[in-house]
Amino acid sequence: MVIALRTVRALTLIVGMSVLTFALMHFSPLDPITRYVSSDPRMSPEQIEKLKIRWGLDKGPVEQYFIWAGAMLRGDFGTSRLYRTPVSDIIKGRFLMSLALMGVSWVLSGVIGYGLGALAAFKRGKTSDKVIRWFSYVLVSTPAFWLALILMLVLAVWFHLFPVGLAAPAGVLDANVTFAQRLWHLALPVMTLSVIGIANVTLHTREKMVDILNSEYVLFAKARGESSWSVFWNHGFRNSVLPAITLQFAYFSELFGGSVLAEDVFSYPGLGNMLTVAGLGGDLPLFGAIVLISGVFVFLGNLVADIVCVIVDPRIRAL
Amino acid sequence: MKDKAQSETLLSVDNLSIGFSQYIGGLKRRTIQVIVDLNASIGHGEVVAVVGASGSGKSLLAHSILGILPGNAIMSGRMAYGGEELTAKRQAALRGKEIAFIPQSVNFLDPLLRVGKQARIGFDRKTAAARQRELFLRFGLKEKDGDLFPFELSGGMLRRTLFATCVREGVKLIIADEPTPGIHPEALNEVLTQLRQLADSGAGVMLITHDIMSALKIADRVVVIKDGRTVEVAEASAFEGQGEKLAAEYTRNLWRALPENDFDLMFAGDGGNGHVA
Ligand SMILES: Nc1ncnc2c1ncn2[C@@H]1O[C@H](COP(=O)(O)OP(=O)(O)OP(=O)(O)O)[C@@H](O)[C@H]1O
Ligand SMILES: [Mg+2]
Repeated sequence: MVIALRTVRALTLIVGMSVLTFALMHFSPLDPITRYVSSDPRMSPEQIEKLKIRWGLDKGPVEQYFIWAGAMLRGDFGTSRLYRTPVSDIIKGRFLMSLALMGVSWVLSGVIGYGLGALAAFKRGKTSDKVIRWFSYVLVSTPAFWLALILMLVLAVWFHLFPVGLAAPAGVLDANVTFAQRLWHLALPVMTLSVIGIANVTLHTREKMVDILNSEYVLFAKARGESSWSVFWNHGFRNSVLPAITLQFAYFSELFGGSVLAEDVFSYPGLGNMLTVAGLGGDLPLFGAIVLISGVFVFLGNLVADIVCVIVDPRIRAL
Repeated sequence: MKDKAQSETLLSVDNLSIGFSQYIGGLKRRTIQVIVDLNASIGHGEVVAVVGASGSGKSLLAHSILGILPGNAIMSGRMAYGGEELTAKRQAALRGKEIAFIPQSVNFLDPLLRVGKQARIGFDRKTAAARQRELFLRFGLKEKDGDLFPFELSGGMLRRTLFATCVREGVKLIIADEPTPGIHPEALNEVLTQLRQLADSGAGVMLITHDIMSALKIADRVVVIKDGRTVEVAEASAFEGQGEKLAAEYTRNLWRALPENDFDLMFAGDGGNGHVA
């Protein structure tokens, strides 16, 4: 029941977002026809009219939206104006690249952030707590692109530990790139994104865990002779992991924003990088498709967070 | 049998004082004293009731014996268990094993852990499930209640769950912090009987309560505290008639103020709902 409600909510949000995306594209100063024509000046006015009809541009905006949305639903994202190939072909590869980058960073930042936060809470007031907190506060106010540049400068340029950019060695055919080479190229962007994501989870988990450790049920656990480890395992983890997971799913949007910057700095061929290219190049079909797909991705993240909450927390489930 | 056991002190608390250091505006610090020179003792096989008004320091007394006072508490005094000083290290080693605690409120149960699981903590892993089922039946809980979460249980069931969490082999001292409110008379009597049985099998029981009438049904002695000080330690038998055998004015007033006593002496000892004002 609750899950159904949340799903409906997520779907409504996705529809709303698609309307917004379409409106932005529709009212943008980038007129697809002018763009197209400027690339091919030999077109006659009749040809332009025909093109308009083929693209449905002669119809009203509402009708155009439905045509566009219907095509999107069918997986027909149109043809990229920049690359002259179907948008779906371009996005497919890019999406996997981004998914690898974001997925690994997401898991790493979640696990490391949670671990550090829990550790700080159990050692609250001690040096390790202070160090972890100081580290988190510094990270919270660190911009992703700056961290990316610093990591690149130190680890890639000075120490040659990692490649400066791209997803594979330059000049090597895609089929010949080894898995190790891919990992090696993934390292710096992943490091940037994970480190940026850690602070949030750490501070939040520490706060939550301190509350738990001050709770009466942990007092009782101690009175029953439970060790710190047992307190963590029986009570601390159970009561804090859900909020952490929810937070981490809600972090999807920032993760995406961060990946756009990190991908740009490291010229990593992912969706974020493509988004910049499409935006600057005025490639509306490509741009719209990326915005929509990343939006769906973020909303799905939030929906998963909601569903996880419902499944794991018996008190919400009973509603 | 009981009298012989009683001669040997299991736990003694001497001159216990507890204060809290608090910041009052800026960096100024002061200590507020909430327990002052409190004394109490429990023998093997003895039930000692601790009565006192709300805020008199009963729970803090219990927590200090277990060594679970909050970090900003400052404690002094001497506690001995089994004839040896009860240090923080010994407390940590004894709690959950020889010293069991039944907390005052059902908030002491983990909201996200099934109650059956909570009752299994502290048992050997292999036998835990069977022992927990056994205990649940003994305290009038159904086997499938173990699969429920605290929010799905009634107040009385939660109380009984708390009970099931403390009965372990080798428990020598039970500190029960108001285990009775919110349960119906039948369950109340059962809880009292259980405590008495634990004492009769040799354990010492500290029964903290507002409910003097119920406590007197099973207690050997009664420690009366007021504002963190011991007012009187009386034999349970001294609570009779107009309270002539009670030493302190405060205790006598307490005794006389019970509705059972004011109203009609015939009902004395029959009620079970007399409360400290
Ligand atoms: N952490 C704390 N910081 C400051 N004061 C405290 C703290 N814990 C308890 N106190 C104070 O100590 C006094 C005794 O509290 P305690 O909980 O022992 O009372 P109690 O006798 O158990 O009362 P009740 O019957 O209501 O449970 C109260 O005045 C309370 O305000
Ligand atoms: Mg209390």
